[in-house]
Amino acid sequence: MWDYITERHSQLLYQSYQHLSLVIQCVLLATVIAVGLAVVVHRNPRIAALAGGVSAIGLTIPSFALLGLLIPLAGIGTATSVVAVTFYAVLPILRNAVVGLAGVDATLIESARGMGMGAIRTLLRIEIPLAWPVILAGVRVSAQMSMGIAAIAAYVLGPGLGSFIFTGLTQIGGANALNSALVGTLGVVLLALVLDALLLLVGRLTTSRGIRV
Amino acid sequence: MSEISGVDIELTDVVKRYPGQKKPAVEGLSLHIPAGEIVMFVGPSGCGKTTSLKMINRLIEPTSGSIRIGGEDIGRQNDDDLRRRIGYVIQGGSLFPHMTVTQNIALVPGLLGWDRRRTAERVDELLELVGLDPARYRDRYPRELSGGQQQRVGVARGLAADPPVILMDEPFGAVDPITRQRLQDELLSIQEELRKTIVCVTHDFDEAVKLGDRILILTEGAQIAQYDKPEAILASPANRFVADFVGAGAALKQLTLSRVSEIELSRPTVAEVGAAASPVLSAAKAAGDTSVVILDGKRRPVDWMWTTDLDGLDKVPAPPDDTDLVTIDRRATLNDALDTMLMSSHGSAVVTGRRDEYLGVVDFQAVVTRIQEHHEEQATRVDTEDPTGAPA
Repeated sequence: MWDYITERHSQLLYQSYQHLSLVIQCVLLATVIAVGLAVVVHRNPRIAALAGGVSAIGLTIPSFALLGLLIPLAGIGTATSVVAVTFYAVLPILRNAVVGLAGVDATLIESARGMGMGAIRTLLRIEIPLAWPVILAGVRVSAQMSMGIAAIAAYVLGPGLGSFIFTGLTQIGGANALNSALVGTLGVVLLALVLDALLLLVGRLTTSRGIRV
Repeated sequence: MSEISGVDIELTDVVKRYPGQKKPAVEGLSLHIPAGEIVMFVGPSGCGKTTSLKMINRLIEPTSGSIRIGGEDIGRQNDDDLRRRIGYVIQGGSLFPHMTVTQNIALVPGLLGWDRRRTAERVDELLELVGLDPARYRDRYPRELSGGQQQRVGVARGLAADPPVILMDEPFGAVDPITRQRLQDELLSIQEELRKTIVCVTHDFDEAVKLGDRILILTEGAQIAQYDKPEAILASPANRFVADFVGAGAALKQLTLSRVSEIELSRPTVAEVGAAASPVLSAAKAAGDTSVVILDGKRRPVDWMWTTDLDGLDKVPAPPDDTDLVTIDRRATLNDALDTMLMSSHGSAVVTGRRDEYLGVVDFQAVVTRIQEHHEEQATRVDTEDPTGAPA
């Protein structure tokens, strides 16, 4: 297997980079979408509950099936992968963001308004920073999940390490088939660990010392 | 007394009706709050006192009626601008946990666009004012402070932009009784310096008597049961409701009206930290004192030592770090003074004035004498006012 890796190390590195880049961009996009949605819905308990339900149901849709459904709409290639990965990435963040924002002490919000902070300022300076640790926990779950889903997205010829896995699976029994699938899988796991460590660091840097646990 | 920096507040026929409720929460409240006074809103829960308070900074919009602050109708002003000019202090301080003490206090100055240096100076000045050492506390987060310290920072935050009007909603409800007493005393001495218009909601009638220049007692629907000076309410409750609310022992509650400042303080030997010990000891001996009050460089009492402990020492030592000398403010009531003395090993208490400066020592005998005088004054007043001798 070591020979397999050294022979293809440039391709492997390139696909790892592509994989990581796809996941990071999709998770970033998903964070913006999810927090935006949560801000809109969290004040209304009924819609917030609905968002939680949708998020739970959405996660049960098999990613393979969703990719299949997306092909007629977005074609084959990167666009479909991005849509699929982002879709799944939004769900855990949305759920956590709703819980996090709803958990901000109402007296703090009233206190902020009573001091003359407008609604948007209160949101940006009080509510989101206080909900941030919970939101970030959702982002971490989302990033882990997206790693796996990005691998499956290679089925629609998206970028990333998934191509190694699929190559291995289609050539089963052939030379290097096992190596290909294993390298792809291990690569994904490794990237997931690296990204998680990175997010932990981001969490340390972006969470106020006053609310860090 | 310093100059009044507050402005008056005028409520005219203010009504707050919530949709789906038959009776309005506030039913035609009209009220004049004079500039520079502390007015306490008290009443049973659900009487509309908090609603009335929150209408002054428009956290709750009145259904009808007008509110004027310093003559200006607040209904015509932008609500955020209005609130930046009104201090708002609520229970527990309600500090933002993700911001340091400085960031919390600097919020409103920041909203008003003060420059960095002016804000930093103001933060330190306010921390001094509420009795917290800026160097030690300014970079702390709220969870690194005790409940009382958080509440102090909450008061400092309310005062940050030097607003003429301050609204307080049960400000000292979340702290233990001893801390509450200290915070009340501090508020009174701050008020003596600043003379703001303070409107404060409380459910504690004793607190209202202690802090209020005037007390507003409300019944359901924010109907005024009585609005008067505390002495007047205690002496002659307007009706059964007020009498019940004031509760038993109105005569004893009059004690809450007497301040430590009315008592003659004794002045035992004092010494500054770092001074040579032997002259202090001989001075104490000459005065017949068995203990010496130790002051720091700013004449704030930090320790109270027995002369026997000082004996044989070269210099007056700085107090050990865990020393927390319990002092009382000269604005403390006689009730508070008695409480403090009972806890002190000296059987008396060190009294401080503005900014914790040392004033003297009050002892048990002095308080008892004052209580007796008070009763005699009361008795003669009743006798002269009401020759039939009926209870007032």
